[in-house]
Amino acid sequence: MFIETIWLALRTILRNKLRSFLTVLGIVIGIASVIALVTIGQGSSAQVSANIASLGSNMLIIRPGRPGMGPGPRDGAASFRLKDTEALAGQPLIESASPAVSRGQTAVFGNTNSATQITGTDSNYLGVNGWQLESGRLFSMSEEKAGAAACIIGETVRRELFGEASPLGQTIRIKRISCAVIGLLKAKGAGTFGNDQDDLILMPIRAVQRRITGNVDVQTIYAKLTPDATTASATAEIQDIMRERRRIERGQEDDFNVTDLKQFTSALSGITGVLTGLLTSIAGISLLVGGIGIMNIMLVSVTERTREIGIRLAIGATARQVLAQFLIEAVVLSLIGGLIGVALGLVLAAVGSSFMAIPFAPDVRVVALAFVFAAIVGIVFGFFPARKAARLDPIEALRYQ
Amino acid sequence: MKAALISFQNVARIYGMGEAEVAALAGVDFEIKAGEFVAIMGPSGSGKSTAMNIIGCLDQPTSGTYAFAGADVSTLDRDQQAMLRRHFLGFVFQGFNLLARTTALENVELPLIYRGLSRADRRDAAYNALAKVGLTGRENHVPSELSGGQQQRVAIARALVGNPQVILADEPTGNLDTHRSHEIMELLVRLNQDEGITIAMVTHEDEMAAYASRNIIFSDGKIAYDGVAQSRVTRELSHVY
Repeated sequence: MFIETIWLALRTILRNKLRSFLTVLGIVIGIASVIALVTIGQGSSAQVSANIASLGSNMLIIRPGRPGMGPGPRDGAASFRLKDTEALAGQPLIESASPAVSRGQTAVFGNTNSATQITGTDSNYLGVNGWQLESGRLFSMSEEKAGAAACIIGETVRRELFGEASPLGQTIRIKRISCAVIGLLKAKGAGTFGNDQDDLILMPIRAVQRRITGNVDVQTIYAKLTPDATTASATAEIQDIMRERRRIERGQEDDFNVTDLKQFTSALSGITGVLTGLLTSIAGISLLVGGIGIMNIMLVSVTERTREIGIRLAIGATARQVLAQFLIEAVVLSLIGGLIGVALGLVLAAVGSSFMAIPFAPDVRVVALAFVFAAIVGIVFGFFPARKAARLDPIEALRYQ
Repeated sequence: MKAALISFQNVARIYGMGEAEVAALAGVDFEIKAGEFVAIMGPSGSGKSTAMNIIGCLDQPTSGTYAFAGADVSTLDRDQQAMLRRHFLGFVFQGFNLLARTTALENVELPLIYRGLSRADRRDAAYNALAKVGLTGRENHVPSELSGGQQQRVAIARALVGNPQVILADEPTGNLDTHRSHEIMELLVRLNQDEGITIAMVTHEDEMAAYASRNIIFSDGKIAYDGVAQSRVTRELSHVY
């Protein structure tokens, strides 16, 4: 009987394809948007966690410019010097400190070129920022001291310049420098903002200062903390040293800032979570609207099929069987909507994920939940029309034109 | 003497309340025995349709007793009444009332779905019923592909498929031309005589009522005549003279 009723519902639905499609459209859109948003949201939070992990050890970033500005314009504060890095590296709470200066440059190999970011730094930079070598070696002490033309390249640069060939031992040209490739970084993938983290070339900072920027400025200092240092104590220590070195009077504001990138990223992941939740609840509302759409059409359907209901009652259907018929029809409709919605949502999520360069993370539980939700929508919004059908007076129903 | 299959004892059906009360049936007594073919007649508003609805358990008497095969129907709940319709009654309507865009076979199968029969059993029974009404070969036609007479035959097959004791026919020839009407009546007579099915038929055409063995004529909610089909008397007399 139950199976029969499902067949009957399917036949009724297929008999009026356009109307059935329009009926389930609301559910399709609702389920698809919930699935797409939740899947993309989960992908991006997976991405954020991966990013937090890839930031490596406990690290603080020191930049010129007033605090509270975040990474941004420097409002005329003086740059650091290499001496500042050395002074910080000698402090008890700081394990190592790396200077960095970056410039956008074009790297050329043969007749291919790649617009990328050249960062002058030292070998400590890799450990502090969570980079690992895929192959090759780090800068030697003498290369760092002398500012030798040696580079370690990111995966994106390798792909653009060398294709499938090995880059090690090759010479690339950056501005007028011929630079030997000594190492290749392990790929990190996209960053928190969808930026390509692997699009970079590392060189000894003295080489970059002398031959690319033409000054002795250091833009950023990355300080790796000792295992027992807290962010607060290390920040205080850095502020003391830097205020002294930059001769900032008591009562005057810092002209540099210390950022904890990990905190920043965690905060960002919180925002991502809130945004996903918000968008998902809006999508949930569209599911509700879809449910009302189903109820609307089912009510019309009951009115239209009044005679049919009368016939069924006359030939021996009980009120409960008529109720079951219409309820199952509503549930089958909304489940079909759910099925299309899940498929559409996963496709949207896959496309969206690849656009935003985040992992595509479909979740069986979310899909199952969406189905359960679709069924509940069908039951809740199908019940009222079904009850209306079951309560019809057979005489009136048979007389209905 | 056979026990009454359908028995009305002082049955009244009153619509409306207070001043606006209208008695569609004002205390009616009659019995229909198993195997009878009864035509129920009367002008519109005379109570014949109300009587028919009560026989079909689609309506309840306001007072009095309607007993089916000795059981008081008013003590049955809605579901039990549905069971009674399902197992003992078959309906034939003036407007055929077939499901559109549904084949003849599926229309005939419909009552059996509610009996929980297997698909194969339903198929067999529906084929048989369609054969009895002379529609072999038309099983897969939808109502819009059939003539009015054929549609009414499908409806009769649908009433027949559950092996009912009684077929209730409400103006079965009302939408048909004379030729088709006579064919349908002959079919009903055959079912009555060969299958022993009791038939209660509402009609306003004397010509159709003449096929019945007994006529009950309603007037103003009461029975005005109950006896041998009058028109049959005149018809048979016309043969004599």
